[in-house]
Amino acid sequence: MYQPEITPHLFRTEYSKIVAVLCKTFNLKYIETAEDIAADTFLKASETWALKGVPENPTAWLYTVAKNKARDHFKHLSVFENKISGKVDFGGQTINPEFEFSNQIIADSQLAMIFAVCNPVNAAEAQICLALQILCGFSVKEIAGAFLAKPEAIKKRLQRAREMLRNDHFQIKAPTQTEVTLRLDNVLTTLYLLFNEGYFSKTADELIRKDLCAEAMRLLLVLVENPLTNTSQTQALVALMCFQSSRIDARVNSENEAVLLDEQDQNAWDEPLIARGNYHLINAFESNDISRYHLEAAIAYWHTNPTAKNRWENILQLYDHLLLIAYSPAAAMNRIYALAKVHGNEVAIVEARDSDLPHNQHYHSLMGYLYGPAAIEQAITHYQQAMELSSSITEKNVLAKTIADLKAARF
Amino acid sequence: MKEFLLVFRADYKAMPQLSPEEMQANTQKWMNWVAGIAAQGNLADRGNRLVPEGKVISGNGVISDGPYTEIKEAILGYTMVKADTLDEAVALADGCPILFIGGTVEVREINPM
Repeated sequence: MYQPEITPHLFRTEYSKIVAVLCKTFNLKYIETAEDIAADTFLKASETWALKGVPENPTAWLYTVAKNKARDHFKHLSVFENKISGKVDFGGQTINPEFEFSNQIIADSQLAMIFAVCNPVNAAEAQICLALQILCGFSVKEIAGAFLAKPEAIKKRLQRAREMLRNDHFQIKAPTQTEVTLRLDNVLTTLYLLFNEGYFSKTADELIRKDLCAEAMRLLLVLVENPLTNTSQTQALVALMCFQSSRIDARVNSENEAVLLDEQDQNAWDEPLIARGNYHLINAFESNDISRYHLEAAIAYWHTNPTAKNRWENILQLYDHLLLIAYSPAAAMNRIYALAKVHGNEVAIVEARDSDLPHNQHYHSLMGYLYGPAAIEQAITHYQQAMELSSSITEKNVLAKTIADLKAARF
Repeated sequence: MKEFLLVFRADYKAMPQLSPEEMQANTQKWMNWVAGIAAQGNLADRGNRLVPEGKVISGNGVISDGPYTEIKEAILGYTMVKADTLDEAVALADGCPILFIGGTVEVREINPM
């Protein structure tokens, strides 16, 4: 019966599942009630398992304890109803306290919770914080650590966001087709942003970054499981996350420096994950619906094939299309990079200069790269500006090294 | 070998509220500590944690709620180990996670029948 290791993140993942099931089953207006019951469940688990070890079926053990605690809590609240019908009554809806933690109920509850939490009444950052707290089981301190923010600020943001939800006739129930049509976009955006927080963060701790990506993926897969939300866009986003996650170990080397895509150790790429990405990409392109996720996933796909013919031509075309439907300065800059690969650096420099790109550190880095060894002085100037504008130590280190290499090449 | 009772004490009020992830880490630490003792063949009884609420009965018939609310060193639980000497038993208590949160481990030899 005794097992040496608790599955990584078991408590956190099951905590969020238990909260979801309790909220949906008991139609709770206050998530806090479910959170308290879940917290009690894990307190008991930690005290019991500490001495007795992990039970043979840890999740079954957790669900049994959670069920008992929930039953006790609600029986206590509704003694009168119980006397008459033996069932618990909530606002006209009769709920049988003999609820279950079946796979289907867990999946349905998590889906309902995702839609309830990813509500556009709150700003994107607030939605992400709420998602981390309620859907992923992160504490205020852990969320603050992920965003390098002050816990007090996160706490206030969460309180405000939860209040907004309550005022918006908050309900945790299975989304209808209409709700899916109206709100799926926002749900996908929130999960996409959560993933990006992990993937692109240059300052947070490596383990936290991977955690955020894994959590975004885990929640997205809940959407995949349900036919209503398993749309072509959802499949495209999964593909994108698979491709990007496949490179997450290769992006930072042993000295914690960011490694450019073309210089990454491909042995560190996760091949099964790439294969999975390919599978979802094919699914996504079965429909004629082309969303930004389709295009970004396709671009990411080409990046997993460094030796493919016409790789950069394809990537350039995809960026051209992407900028039409979802312009962003980051995408525009990546397009310039692709343009350089296809038509040469001079063409790219001209387009970059003529564009509306913000002159931030990424712009100057790009220009430095484009001027490169052919125009060393301009390159150095741009790289120095990039260094000045950057607030990331990792980034500054890479830039300093590049400048040093260029200076050495001068003589 | 002799048997020794290890009594874990801590201030319930001073224990921080942990996130699920932190609780798991803490649980793992306890499991590893107990496993270490078991691996050496020194575990007599895994023991138990105690429910915080209880009662204290005294000779003059007074029954009060307690003891945890006032006491800084309430008993959280116990475990039993085997060792040849008290010093060896004390050495086994080394690394007990309760020590990292300001708690204590009392080590007492069990009087054999």
